[in-house]
Amino acid sequence: MRRRSETYKIVTKKELAPKEKLFEVEAPDIAAKALPGQFVIVIIGEKGERIPLTICDYDRKKGTVSFAFHEVGKTTKELGLLNEGDCLENLTGPLGNPSEIKNYGNVLCVGGSIMIAPLLLQVKAMKEAGNRVTTVIGARIKDVLFMEEEAKAMSDQVYVATDDGSKGYKGLDFLKEVLAKEKFDRCIAMGPVVMMKTVSDITKPFGIPTIVTLTPIMVDGMGMCGVCRVTVGGKMLFGCVDGPEFDGHQVDFDELIHRQRLFLPEERVVSELWELEQGGCKCGRSKA
Amino acid sequence: MAEAKPKPKIKKEAVEMPKQAPKERVKNFNEVALGYTEAQALEEAGRCLQCVKPQCVSGCPVEVPIPEFIKCIREQKYGEAIAKIKEKNSLPAVCGRVCPQEEQCQAKCLVGKIGQPVSIGRLERFVADWERENGFQMPEKAKPTGKKVAVIGAGPAGLTAAADLAKLGHDVTIFEALHMAGGVLVYGIPEFRLPKKIVQNEVNYIKKLGVDLRLGYLIGRIHTIPELLKTGYDAVFIGSGAGLPQFTDVPGENLGGIYSANEFLIRVNLMKSYKFPEYDTPMRIGKHVVVIGGGNVAMDCARSSMRLGAEVCLLYRRSREELPARKEEIENAEEEGLVCRFLAAPLRFIGDEKGWVKAMECQAMELGPPDASGRRRPIPVPGSEFTMETDTVIIAIGQTPNPIIQRTTEGLLVNPKHGTIIVDENGKTSLDGVYAGGDVATGAATVISAMGMGKKAAKAIHEYLMNKK
Ligand SMILES: Cc1cc2nc3c(=O)[nH]c(=O)nc-3n(C[C@H](O)[C@H](O)[C@H](O)COP(=O)(O)OP(=O)(O)OC[C@H]3O[C@@H](n4cnc5c(N)ncnc54)[C@H](O)[C@@H]3O)c2cc1C
Ligand SMILES: Cc1cc2nc3c(=O)[nH]c(=O)nc-3n(C[C@H](O)[C@H](O)[C@H](O)COP(=O)(O)OP(=O)(O)OC[C@H]3O[C@@H](n4cnc5c(N)ncnc54)[C@H](O)[C@@H]3O)c2cc1C
Ligand code: SF4
Ligand code: SF4
Ligand code: FES
Repeated sequence: MRRRSETYKIVTKKELAPKEKLFEVEAPDIAAKALPGQFVIVIIGEKGERIPLTICDYDRKKGTVSFAFHEVGKTTKELGLLNEGDCLENLTGPLGNPSEIKNYGNVLCVGGSIMIAPLLLQVKAMKEAGNRVTTVIGARIKDVLFMEEEAKAMSDQVYVATDDGSKGYKGLDFLKEVLAKEKFDRCIAMGPVVMMKTVSDITKPFGIPTIVTLTPIMVDGMGMCGVCRVTVGGKMLFGCVDGPEFDGHQVDFDELIHRQRLFLPEERVVSELWELEQGGCKCGRSKA
Repeated sequence: MAEAKPKPKIKKEAVEMPKQAPKERVKNFNEVALGYTEAQALEEAGRCLQCVKPQCVSGCPVEVPIPEFIKCIREQKYGEAIAKIKEKNSLPAVCGRVCPQEEQCQAKCLVGKIGQPVSIGRLERFVADWERENGFQMPEKAKPTGKKVAVIGAGPAGLTAAADLAKLGHDVTIFEALHMAGGVLVYGIPEFRLPKKIVQNEVNYIKKLGVDLRLGYLIGRIHTIPELLKTGYDAVFIGSGAGLPQFTDVPGENLGGIYSANEFLIRVNLMKSYKFPEYDTPMRIGKHVVVIGGGNVAMDCARSSMRLGAEVCLLYRRSREELPARKEEIENAEEEGLVCRFLAAPLRFIGDEKGWVKAMECQAMELGPPDASGRRRPIPVPGSEFTMETDTVIIAIGQTPNPIIQRTTEGLLVNPKHGTIIVDENGKTSLDGVYAGGDVATGAATVISAMGMGKKAAKAIHEYLMNKK
């Protein structure tokens, strides 16, 4: 703890799938406290935004934390250009409440797209707590599906699904049959909001407590601005400090989907400007 | 002090401080008030009577030696003037700009009885700015004591406590949750009232004193206070402010286009979204903004909105007399085009088919008898509902302390109603070695009161550390 100013150096960069990357970053103070379910806020440079990313691994001895990200807008695309040895401007965390990990019995973990990475941290923890774990990993198409081997190695059972059926099941409807056959005591869903909504709708009739990780827009991530407000069980809560995990059967997903898009036109502007800039000058930024 | 006899004739009017013209300034985020020239400062300093029993000093929460520093100005010894001020106030460039002087030092000034009081704040600002241009003098630091203190939060309270403790020879670490130091001075008060570079200067000064500043450390999550005490810190000062935004609880509050004052100000100030897309953080603001509230925070939101090109209406549930904002700020805002609508409150926000706010249903209020705060309580007038069209709403109805520290520190006594940490007059909390001050102890107050508490607590912490074997 007495180490003077952290550098937030990227020590490992992994390409999980096209446009999906994983960074392992030096941050001993954060690594010492991080737990499954928590997130960090990344700031890439002086003019940068603060973006939340879920912790998908940590190594307390090495003093590193890892997060995986999908390149969707300017900040994540710019992040994707950084390489091992580069440093982030700031990393704040761990933020949010840790997941409740204990022996529930039979647990179903469902992860979609980039959130498969942090889901597996929970799978690991649930396994260590003595649960039987069934893991479902899903993606849009088979080309962007990753960590299948890792999932198999740590789970008792793995199902694969894609939106277009190019690999495994087509969509998540098959889960209804799985649930009809096997009794689950808890379900964890992490992924795109629409996916978490679908999973919550599927588990509800079976009465399986379902925990979802909500990803509202955030600015500070520590309870100061309220932009992350979500409605859960009719109450206004803050995604960053009351969550990010909530009871999926109580969440107003439609409101969340709407609120996630509030700044879409502005985000397009920066993203397009940035891409123009990248096209105009190939020399500087990409240090590859 | 009893230097020259008072000048026979005192000008009743204070020397005006040059300002950007309203039409111009509403188009930019540059500082509105431009500061005195040397000649203006000398003229204004000449209005001070150099009272032997100066009332102004008792009006200042930290008791700045006002006649003494003004005397130094008259003698053009600006370095000595700033040294005098800094005996009591370590952030004069900030206080000279944002102190509610009209209620504090200047309210008590003797000259105020016959005309306008001496512009103490403007003079304080003048010498602080002079010092910034002419180089800081580093104060003497005491020999290292070998004691370690953790300061939580880099707002005025934390910065002041850290500076005083470092000067006393302690090894101080500030843990600040945001990625920039300054607290409300950087995330709340806008650039046009308090330029960020001034705050940055103060922060650099504190770093030069040897204080270790850790940014991005949310105490309660990364370390807790009990952990800090266990891992080598001998004392802790909590200056975590009052940063939790209040909402109205009126239906429709989660529609698009409705912001808390904090969200709006953090985006615009801290993240500089007024320079979007040069800076990455976006801010969307419509043509017609309604700001709900009536304090300094509401004024800052309103004036920032106007600078982003909007027409702004302030909706306040009491009348003009009760507006808690500084008078000077209300005047500035009205000059810039602010329209105020008094005695009204929102009932519900109405959205369009895309989920964005398009109107507000409101209700008129009338004033009843005074409430606990001493202000007359607003009472809804039945049947007075009306609708206002708007495409952006900013809710500026107050902030309370963020509960993260309170929740993660066992044994820390907290006021159950306001969420503030309970302290004695020296800032000591219910826990041994743990002190608190500023907005987290008082609820939302002022820069100078937060600093004053930071100073007091630093003194108490020093005594505590030196008596602890
Ligand atoms: C608690 C939390 C944990 C998260 N964990 C991860 C993670 O582990 N990996 C990961 O890739 N992403 C994660 N996200 C989402 C991530 O923060 C956003 O993708 C990122 O902020 C986008 O920034 P940008 O500038 O690249 O894109 P922008 O230009 O800001 O946005 C581009 C697109 O992303 C959408 N978007 C913006 N912000 C969010 C958001 N908060 N959530 C979902 N979509 C958003 C926009 O609607 C837009 O369509 C998380 C979000 C939260 C709140
Ligand atoms: C918009 C606005 C305008 C204002 N205008 C004026 C004015 O004109 N004049 C005036 O005198 N006063 C004004 N005030 C009030 C004044 O700014 C505050 O009273 C003062 O800043 C309080 O100082 P503080 O040090 O207690 O807290 P803050 O300035 O709030 O600083 C607290 C700091 O602690 C950090 N923090 C919080 N929790 C944690 C944690 N768990 N771990 C680590 N760090 C943490 C925060 O990020 C913040 O940086 C204004 C306030 C606002 C919001
Ligand atoms: S610190 Fe504020 S109240 Fe005190 S003398 Fe200066 S301006 Fe006046
Ligand atoms: S009360 Fe007014 S006139 Fe008297 S010393 Fe103070 S500033 Fe000067
Ligand atoms: S992100 Fe600002 S309060 Fe949650």
